[in-house]
Amino acid sequence: MRTGLIAKKLGMSRIFEANGTHVPVTVLSVDNLQVVAVKTQEKDGYTAVQLGTGAVKAKNVSKALKGHFAKANVEPKKKLGEFRVSEDCLLSVGSELSVEHFVCGQYVDVCATSIGKGFAGVMKRHNFAGLEASHGVSISHRSHGSTGQRQDPGKVFKGKKMAGHMGAERVTVQNLKVVAIDADKGLIMVKGGVPGGENAWVRITDAVKKTANVELPLPAGLKKVDAPVAVKAETADNA
Amino acid sequence: MNILKEVEKEQIAKLSEGKNFPEFKAGDTLKVHTKVKEGDRERIQVYEGVCIARKNDGLNSSFTVRKISFGEGVERVFPLYSPNIAKIEVSRIGKVRRAKLYFLRALRGRSARIADDLSASAKAKDAE
Repeated sequence: MRTGLIAKKLGMSRIFEANGTHVPVTVLSVDNLQVVAVKTQEKDGYTAVQLGTGAVKAKNVSKALKGHFAKANVEPKKKLGEFRVSEDCLLSVGSELSVEHFVCGQYVDVCATSIGKGFAGVMKRHNFAGLEASHGVSISHRSHGSTGQRQDPGKVFKGKKMAGHMGAERVTVQNLKVVAIDADKGLIMVKGGVPGGENAWVRITDAVKKTANVELPLPAGLKKVDAPVAVKAETADNA
Repeated sequence: MNILKEVEKEQIAKLSEGKNFPEFKAGDTLKVHTKVKEGDRERIQVYEGVCIARKNDGLNSSFTVRKISFGEGVERVFPLYSPNIAKIEVSRIGKVRRAKLYFLRALRGRSARIADDLSASAKAKDAE
């Protein structure tokens, strides 16, 4: 299992293909993404890499985090995220990841916090049909209907779909195709929409439900080739 | 946002390579040469009509062409930078006073005609 990437959502665009069709894409930017810490089986009981991205002013970083970054010998990062990886995909602390971690044509899952909708009614939140426009309906055209039965069971069942807070939650979109990679600018373009607004942080990982039909870089797509690639070189060779 | 614009600009440059889009506006009569795929053969089909609207939005720019086909009004929206468009020809320059000519949809026959902008067409001819 490879690590994923933390990217910033820039917005949506389109790509015209030579055959005349066009593909709607979301443009995600990966910039200055480094390994900040590594979790190992011996020390932590599981294997993972902690990645950090984005620049932040040193004065806005807490002392505890400053120490954490100093230990890894990296610049303070705005956003940290951990990815579970298999032992052969562990990376060395400080190595920088590149967008070439992903390959054109492969499928990815993208996870982010969706745009908050506030307190939303049932029509928006659960796609209810609402009540009728006429036939005696007054005031409650967008309300839900009955919420249960009669004296038996005499209660509203738990989980009944009602109005309430919508959005601003963690959402994963699965199986988005990678349409284009721009290594110079650090951009990944995936087909279709991605949760979150512009400048939202997103987590991109290899698709869980689709096996890649293209060769993926192992243990990860790193920027600096001359830097030590893997913590455990011998296991990386086996994979 | 700026990176996004840069990316789109690059794509526009790539798509408009070797193409020479003429200047046109709403009211002009256009001949749009579109590539049509039939099986594994490709041919050029010409769609002629009045441009009733233009949308200027970078890579997403498009224009709407309206014509009367067998007594029925037909409108087609072309993405300006679509690779399916081989050529755009301006056959007549119209004289209109608004940017979107949606009022033409309600008109038929003589009243739906657009007057030629003679001075503009003379200028265009001189430029050639």
